[in-house]
Amino acid sequence: MADYQSLDIIRRSASTEQPPRVRGGQEVAKLIDVSRCIGCKACQAACMEWNDLRQPVQTCQGNYTNPEDLSPSVWTLMRFTEYENPDGNLEWLIRKDGCMHCSDPGCLKACPSPGAIVQYENGIVDFISENCIGCTYCVKGCPFNIPRINPVDRKVYKCTLCVDRVAVGQAPACAKACPTACIMFGTKADMIVQAESRIADLNSRGFDKAGLYNPPGVGGTHVMYVLHHADNPRLYANLPQNPRISPIVALWKGGFKVVGLAGLALAAVGSFFHYVAAGPDETDSNDETVAFDMAHFEDDRNASEGRGNDVRPSH
Amino acid sequence: MTNTWMDLKNADLLIVMGGNPAEAHPCGFKWVIEAKVHRGAKLVVIDPRFTRTASVADFYCPIRQGTDIAFLSGVIKYLLDNDKIQHEYVKNFTNASLLVKENFGFEDGLFTGYDETKRDYDKASWSYQVGDDGYAKVDETLADPRCVINVLREHVKQYTPEFVERITGSPRAKFLKVCEMMAECSSPDKVMNSLYALGWTQHSSGSQNIRTMCIVQMLLGNMGVRGGGMNALRGHSNIQGLTDIGLLSNSMPGYLSLPVEAEATFDQYMSQRQFKPLRPNQMSYWQNYPKFYASLQKGMFGKAATPENNFAYDWLPKLDATYDILKAFELMQDGKMNGYICQGFNPLMSIPDKNKVRASLAKLKFLVTMDPLETETSRFWEDHGEFNPIDPSKVMTEVFQLPVTCFAEDEGSLANSARWLQWHWPAQDPPWESRTDIAIMSGIRSRMLALYEKEGGTFFDPIVNTYWPYLDPNEPTPDEVAREVNGYTLAPIKDPADPTKTIPAGKQLDGFGQLQADGSTLCGCWIYSGQYTEQGNAMARRITADPDSAGIAPNWAFAWPANRRILYNRASADTNGKPWDPERTLIKWNGAKWVGYDVPDYGLTVAPDKGMGPFILTEEGQARLWCRELMRDGPMPTHYEPFESPVVNIAFPKVRGNPAGRVFKDDWLRFGDAKDFPYAGTTYRLTEHFHYWTKHAKINAILQPEFFVEIGEELAKEKGVAKGDWVRVWSKRGSVKAVAVVTKRIKPLICDGKPVHVVGVPIHWGFIGETIMGHGANTLTPFVGDANTNTPEFKAFLVNLERTTAPAVA
Repeated sequence: MADYQSLDIIRRSASTEQPPRVRGGQEVAKLIDVSRCIGCKACQAACMEWNDLRQPVQTCQGNYTNPEDLSPSVWTLMRFTEYENPDGNLEWLIRKDGCMHCSDPGCLKACPSPGAIVQYENGIVDFISENCIGCTYCVKGCPFNIPRINPVDRKVYKCTLCVDRVAVGQAPACAKACPTACIMFGTKADMIVQAESRIADLNSRGFDKAGLYNPPGVGGTHVMYVLHHADNPRLYANLPQNPRISPIVALWKGGFKVVGLAGLALAAVGSFFHYVAAGPDETDSNDETVAFDMAHFEDDRNASEGRGNDVRPSH
Repeated sequence: MTNTWMDLKNADLLIVMGGNPAEAHPCGFKWVIEAKVHRGAKLVVIDPRFTRTASVADFYCPIRQGTDIAFLSGVIKYLLDNDKIQHEYVKNFTNASLLVKENFGFEDGLFTGYDETKRDYDKASWSYQVGDDGYAKVDETLADPRCVINVLREHVKQYTPEFVERITGSPRAKFLKVCEMMAECSSPDKVMNSLYALGWTQHSSGSQNIRTMCIVQMLLGNMGVRGGGMNALRGHSNIQGLTDIGLLSNSMPGYLSLPVEAEATFDQYMSQRQFKPLRPNQMSYWQNYPKFYASLQKGMFGKAATPENNFAYDWLPKLDATYDILKAFELMQDGKMNGYICQGFNPLMSIPDKNKVRASLAKLKFLVTMDPLETETSRFWEDHGEFNPIDPSKVMTEVFQLPVTCFAEDEGSLANSARWLQWHWPAQDPPWESRTDIAIMSGIRSRMLALYEKEGGTFFDPIVNTYWPYLDPNEPTPDEVAREVNGYTLAPIKDPADPTKTIPAGKQLDGFGQLQADGSTLCGCWIYSGQYTEQGNAMARRITADPDSAGIAPNWAFAWPANRRILYNRASADTNGKPWDPERTLIKWNGAKWVGYDVPDYGLTVAPDKGMGPFILTEEGQARLWCRELMRDGPMPTHYEPFESPVVNIAFPKVRGNPAGRVFKDDWLRFGDAKDFPYAGTTYRLTEHFHYWTKHAKINAILQPEFFVEIGEELAKEKGVAKGDWVRVWSKRGSVKAVAVVTKRIKPLICDGKPVHVVGVPIHWGFIGETIMGHGANTLTPFVGDANTNTPEFKAFLVNLERTTAPAVA
């Protein structure tokens, strides 16, 4: 129950009881100015360094996007898109992909495990691994297709917005490493002001549709983009035009939850009557031996498959 | 760089041609972004590929590799034809008005004096008309057809936009747009900046590529001003230091030159280094050569260097040829060079024609490598299948691998592109048995000395007389070396700044102004003098203050020469000493002396009306639009095709390659023709890697794991290649297999009506490290060097390409 120790949490997955807002801190945001990103991947390297993540070396798939996709050990990724604009000129659109830290996070909404996903009052959405049950509902709940399940420890991972750095007044590792300051970090209000000056500059350079990506469908985000073509975010490696939380999540948290709870109540009542009618379950010594053998067989198999090499240490 | 990284923020127009700084210099590139974001500057990229730099540019113009001179000659013609030059600057600060000898000429692609058998020029006619007063003649009206500017005008007259398009493949409209943008910077309040790197140097006409842009910058009046200049972006953090300290085979520290065979005596040597002013009242600073020379030789040989023996002139080697790296491998191949100490270098991956390099290394008796990392060179004898095919049982070379510390593990100074000498301290202890380069080299010296003393040997004197005053002769400290490089007095000298004062012996010099020709001063590298004075180690300064945000920050580390941040800064002010653009003041004349943000590149109290030119290093006092006999391949740049070109030179069809470009006899046979190798290949670096170092690092390997080549969609379609397929690329010299990156960023260039397909080959993979094994790009490239520097032509060569299957795992 580590997360209860933090007074900064404002929302907690699958919990009816929400922590009180006691500190009243400011919302933070990361602003990524795509128009001055040079695709150097320093952010990716810094992310791997700070979070101690190492994806196995892959192969070249015929483009510059490496590794191929986000994964439990790739929390941020530069996605490269070649776009020929209506004037016939080429644009190489490079977008740093990763968790958007939505104000209304679909992952948190979808999560059935109490406290596995939390939102801090500065806006950061964080996964608390020890509470994660590996159900991957958050994957389905995310409108940006960000969280990835680690098949080894059955827990889901994504960008934490370097919550551990931000908590002590540092910028996220990616922002710190970015050589062109295309990744900026500060209060959300300041970042919006920054974005305005960038948009004015882009307008003056002929990008009439330049704008800020801070989609209202998820209540705005704490990772925002300055886009040259804000009218068509899909150009940037399929950045959603109007991201929304999937209706399935709404159903799951809405009507389905009531039905589910009713089911649970029925099962409890049924169990009670079963106990009264049939008495307690009992084991004999043979059952114990079988259980012991099964447990050790699992250990042996894990060892022989070399599991654990790429598992993130659990906190 | 004539200017600095930081100063890029002062530019209005940044031209990236012959470089890709977003990719190769991402940290320095922040200043380009700064100029864009805070000054509203425009960024233009001219490159065969739509690069990462192009991805943030305001305008991109494609160009076929190796045709930059044609493009820029077209720009020069445009500026002259449309009168878009900064007149006062050109007239007063360049040699535009000087008269060229009548018998100098240019015909069919050759300047006067060409000798085909020597592939070299007799340069007798490449000079000015000299008057009775011994100075070059001038016509200040610029009417005489022999005026430099008119000779230049005549030379570029064929480069019309149509002609430029036929050669370069740059669409005419885009070429003209670039011309217009550059032309705007002829006004004194608009400044253009040129950023270049290996994309210009690694050509058989590399030096002339740079010269052409220098001419453009002079015509626009952009040299010596804030935000302007010619800015060479160096590839290693200390490669600027390499040339400064004279590690090229024909130079000595501080750009002094080693004698050649014809200069057997000191008098002969000095007669070629008079630097007599060519115009009245000029400083011609190189006239101080005897001071630099004597002080350097005192540093080399101490007491054994005396005025009587011309400071040990006889001990200097006299070059019969240029012993650059291509020549060295030629000699190895011929069995004439038998031992090789390879320090911080991986030639098996970085010298052209990998197969020739491997065969040459295999002929050595011994090879010593000194490197912090395992290099392919030190493992050249290992068989790695198609990635390094060799039979180890046939290799007799004995290889010694000496592990050295890396830059983060020792102390010292690094010279960056902006000529800043920045001191650094170790971040951690060196691992295992690695030792510093200084310790290893000093150890070799000690052992050689002991052998000489025990057994004797030829040419004993310079070895035993080497000045070696260090506390521990086996490991001099960087601090001791830095003090010696700065220089100190050996005897009391008169202070040149104040003749009433005497500086006693044993004092650190304040700068090269105090150097003496009589042996009373010692200085290891005159341009570095000032780095370590009596006040302490100036390189270790970390003061960020930058008055008025001028971009100078004068007390951050030390910049050579004399802590001057922007070279030729006298040219930032007009003939009266008033800044051309008050917004961009660097220095100005206050009636008594020159004052401002930077250290004046001029006599401190020389009044503007004295007629001294702002380019105090040249004999003219002016910048040279036409550079006399100073370049081997001509006083003006000329378009020559690369030695391997997909098209003939339509300007001069009879000439193949640069007529003075250096080619060894056997290597002519290793050139391919467009008939068999129809595609224009080029090599380059990627931001995820640094040369062949970072393939040892897991994170870099994750970010860019495997060797690939880039081709356009059109060529891919023609060859039936899809994204991610394996292709074989081969030249006359070798063959590689790589994954195909099929891209819109490379488009066929229409040259003289025919499409030219570009094949891009990045360099970073080898047969050791964390990345997936890959072929070296240098398997493909030709063994040919620039006429002036012998830098290999990595940027333009011919290849063929086909679809294939994955290589066998070695």
